[in-house]
Amino acid sequence: MSATTLDPAAAKSVARRRERWSSSRTYISAAIILIWCLLPFYWMIVTAFRDVGYTFDPTPWFTHVTWDNFTTVFSESLGNHFAQNLLNSLIVATVTTAVALLFGVFAAYALARLEFRFKFLVLGFVLGASMFPGVAIVTPLFQLFTNIGWFGTYQALIIPNISFVLPLTVYTLTSFFREMPWELEEAARIDGCTQGEAFRKVIMPLAAPAVFTTAILAFIGAWNEFLIASQLSSEATKTVTVAIAYFAGSQPHQEPYTAVMAAGTVVTIPLVILVLVFQRKIVAGLTAGAVK
Amino acid sequence: MRHSRKFASLAAASVLAMTLAACSGGGSSGGSSSGGLSGDAGANLDGRGPITYVQGKDNSNVVRPLVDKWNAAHPTEKVTFKEQSDKADQQHDDLVQNFQAKNANYDVVDVDVVWTAEFAAKGWLQPLKDKMAFDTTGFLPATVATATYKNTLYAAPQTSDGGLLYYRKDLVPTPPKTWDEMMSMCSIAKAKGIDCYAGQFAQYEGLTVNAAEAINTAGGVIVDKDGKPAVNTPEAKAGLSNLVNAFKDGNIPKQAITYQEEQGRQSFESGKLLFLRNWPYVYNLAKTDGSSVVKDTFGIAPLPGKTGPGASSLGGHNIAMSVYSKHKATAMDFMKFMTSQETEKFYATQGSLAPVLSALYTDKDLVAKLPYLPVLLTSIQNAVPRPVSPFYPAVTQAVQVNAYAALKGDKSVDQALTDMQAALTAAGSQ
Amino acid sequence: MSMQAEPLTRRGKKGTGAGPENKEVGQDRKQKTQGRAAALLIIPSMIVLGIVIVYPVIEAIVMSLQKDAGLDPVTGTFVAGGFAGFYNYIHWILQQCNTPNGQASCPAGTLGSQFWSATGTTFLLTVVSVALETVIGFWMAIIMSRTFRGRGALRAAVLVPWAIPTAVTAKLWFFIFAFDGIANTLFHTSILWTGSEVPARSAIIIADVWKTTPFMALLILAGLQMIPDQVYEAAKVDGATAWQRFRLITLPLVKPALMVAILFRTLDALRMYDLPAIMTGGANGTTTLSILVVNQIRVGFNSAAALSTITFLIIFIVAFIFVRFLGANAVESATNSGKAK
Repeated sequence: MSATTLDPAAAKSVARRRERWSSSRTYISAAIILIWCLLPFYWMIVTAFRDVGYTFDPTPWFTHVTWDNFTTVFSESLGNHFAQNLLNSLIVATVTTAVALLFGVFAAYALARLEFRFKFLVLGFVLGASMFPGVAIVTPLFQLFTNIGWFGTYQALIIPNISFVLPLTVYTLTSFFREMPWELEEAARIDGCTQGEAFRKVIMPLAAPAVFTTAILAFIGAWNEFLIASQLSSEATKTVTVAIAYFAGSQPHQEPYTAVMAAGTVVTIPLVILVLVFQRKIVAGLTAGAVK
Repeated sequence: MRHSRKFASLAAASVLAMTLAACSGGGSSGGSSSGGLSGDAGANLDGRGPITYVQGKDNSNVVRPLVDKWNAAHPTEKVTFKEQSDKADQQHDDLVQNFQAKNANYDVVDVDVVWTAEFAAKGWLQPLKDKMAFDTTGFLPATVATATYKNTLYAAPQTSDGGLLYYRKDLVPTPPKTWDEMMSMCSIAKAKGIDCYAGQFAQYEGLTVNAAEAINTAGGVIVDKDGKPAVNTPEAKAGLSNLVNAFKDGNIPKQAITYQEEQGRQSFESGKLLFLRNWPYVYNLAKTDGSSVVKDTFGIAPLPGKTGPGASSLGGHNIAMSVYSKHKATAMDFMKFMTSQETEKFYATQGSLAPVLSALYTDKDLVAKLPYLPVLLTSIQNAVPRPVSPFYPAVTQAVQVNAYAALKGDKSVDQALTDMQAALTAAGSQ
Repeated sequence: MSMQAEPLTRRGKKGTGAGPENKEVGQDRKQKTQGRAAALLIIPSMIVLGIVIVYPVIEAIVMSLQKDAGLDPVTGTFVAGGFAGFYNYIHWILQQCNTPNGQASCPAGTLGSQFWSATGTTFLLTVVSVALETVIGFWMAIIMSRTFRGRGALRAAVLVPWAIPTAVTAKLWFFIFAFDGIANTLFHTSILWTGSEVPARSAIIIADVWKTTPFMALLILAGLQMIPDQVYEAAKVDGATAWQRFRLITLPLVKPALMVAILFRTLDALRMYDLPAIMTGGANGTTTLSILVVNQIRVGFNSAAALSTITFLIIFIVAFIFVRFLGANAVESATNSGKAK
């Protein structure tokens, strides 16, 4: 903005034309992205609203519309407790995100900011944790958690989830913290802040985009976790991803596509809302960033 | 240089961290490796008390009412229903996890017919003999065979399933009795501009079912009476060739290579298929689905064979008792309750699940409700169980991969069967 | 241009403050006091990873050295296999199976015969998917970082594919790519998407790219947002073209975030399971290492543990290559507080 006001009048109109062209290009690109991301989702919604008797009808717009599939998803009499499952997923994902972020910020601060030995060992260990095929971890964990009586508890789901999202959290935050203007922290300390205060009041606001991005990634990661939840959750702690696997057609061999798509729709919407909410925080982080 | 040094220390870090944890972790070697895992088949035989019944998703709300009924009659021996996923693989894995953990709360379990041998060989299922003997009089013999391993009964048949031939009676007044007859009728389909025949030919369990049916129908076997693989025979070759040639001739449409049960049903219901091999579940849906254009124009028949009815593969589930159960007397009573004539009838009327008791197939009320029962009886009476093997997952892989290659024309039938034989042999000798 | 970027990337170094002349002494003392603080900050993460990852991994490695239970031909029951040494590893790597005639190469249709093809498939799917995701993700991030009406909605929309649980995504695409499905209907084609190798792999790649590009886009976007507008404006004043700005400012400054994103996507893609398992069941050259592990678990856990360990090593080597040759210095950029460079 400020750059254009400095320009002389003649250049101004050229710049404006160029800007208009670039902004319409932005809109075209945005439209392409929207279509690419939402077209399959649209098809999912169409299927979710389609009468089960027309499951395989390939008409690409809404036909034979019904709420039945959503009723099925929430039907207690069919043994579905989807509201409870949603709550469970929310609990597991929220706690996972909060703890992973807290631990991740600690670790990332140490890794980005402090001098200590074995830094590579720590980073290598954290990275190594996301290299083993998940399926091979489940059996030993099942035995461990069953032995200590954790089967069907929330912590049996939350702790593995934390470990699954921690490597990404630590790495992302570390790489972003490295780019922070730490001299501001030093300045704040000279002004009398403790190191903790300086970090919280000065650095955190600047890091907000990174932290919220990481939070979203962690939350969705935990929200979508299936393997551990399918083996270690009980009826009471079952999460949505597991619940969806429990959907069945009214007949053996019948694939419950419409119900699964309805459930998928129900599961996706809270996340979209969540992102819209976080969205503001990301923007807020941006304006705060402008200070630097 | 710099990088590699760092990476070396990075590598050392992971290894070191693991070694350290090994000390604290303890070396309990669980898993299916431990041979001494089998519980005591002689313990708790008189135990009575609350038990848990474990089964896959209760599709049509059959189990819950039954459990309620039982609980009303047995207040001190209540049954808790633990529902598993709708997916067979996940049910299997869940059972394995809990048996490995010697979970005493998995008292009575519902097992797919193809898992029974594996669980029996692992020592997880209570043998149903001596004091725990289970009377199978009146049960269809093929269903009992699926529950038998090494001449010992390990489970009670609970529900069955057999293949049926769905056909368009408006186009083919009398259904074909033999495979050759059916192939000759494909000209009718061609004249109408529709596809002729389809089954389940995508590479998954359904292909094992269909390939086994083709081989068994032609007089071949996958494993012989002694459990030895025997697909390198002229009969087996004739069977698999029937499918391969039908694909070559276009009698089976090329897209059937991607078909599971549902895609075939879709094609049949939309009027694009003359003959379909599928399970009984299609019957109700093809009659009621809004998108079905064949509601009143399809019929059912036994699978076509060499001369008479073909050899269907057998689906369905068995009910078994865990050796780790503390209340085996209650468990036995519950198993009897779940396989009683009354329960079986309820299964059939409420859940369209095929009974295992032959008497019910001629029950007037039931036949009125499920008109396909007499045909299904023929199918199940001629059925051959899929190989009863403790290595079933490896067996089915061997069949699927090689049959699929033959159907696609990637391998000759001879080569496919040679490979299948070798793979089946390897599966049994690991 | 790169001169202007320099001070920014070096800020962390400046912040540590110690002048070059007394660096050595200061550094040493600093390391000691900071070491204790660092340990406290890092311990919580280490504990969680220890319980959930290290314990099971050790367990798996121990089990991988045991033979799988074998069948007693007389009783028909399983008996423990005993110590196997590296037999399970040799079995996979040389694709050797036990047969009645002793060791021989595994026949087609056994899991043992699929190791190298699964490795190849895994790599192919990973390389193509991650490459596409990086390019498309970068493009998406650049568009999302621009200021325009509806940007919030776009950001939310972009996340939709990633927010849908993988199992549902896989079912959705399976459904879309059925022969009579919407893809063939919409484009008036009759492709057997899951019926032969190239279409099957393409279908999986399309589904994977659709699903995980948002992950890339979001991380890159966060990286973009850390770049102050002033840098670009200064560059504009200097007359830098858009391409120059991208190459000389955006790319170097986003690189740490980009590399973290690529590294983690790669590690994830190398363990891909749900999409191929549900869409093709591993048929037509889509059996990945994870699918092989799962299939093997159902036959014998010990051998599966060996395969998991091999997979782990393969992924480890990939990570090594990343760090060593491609300069994916997620590790490096995270740690070189000046001294390494």
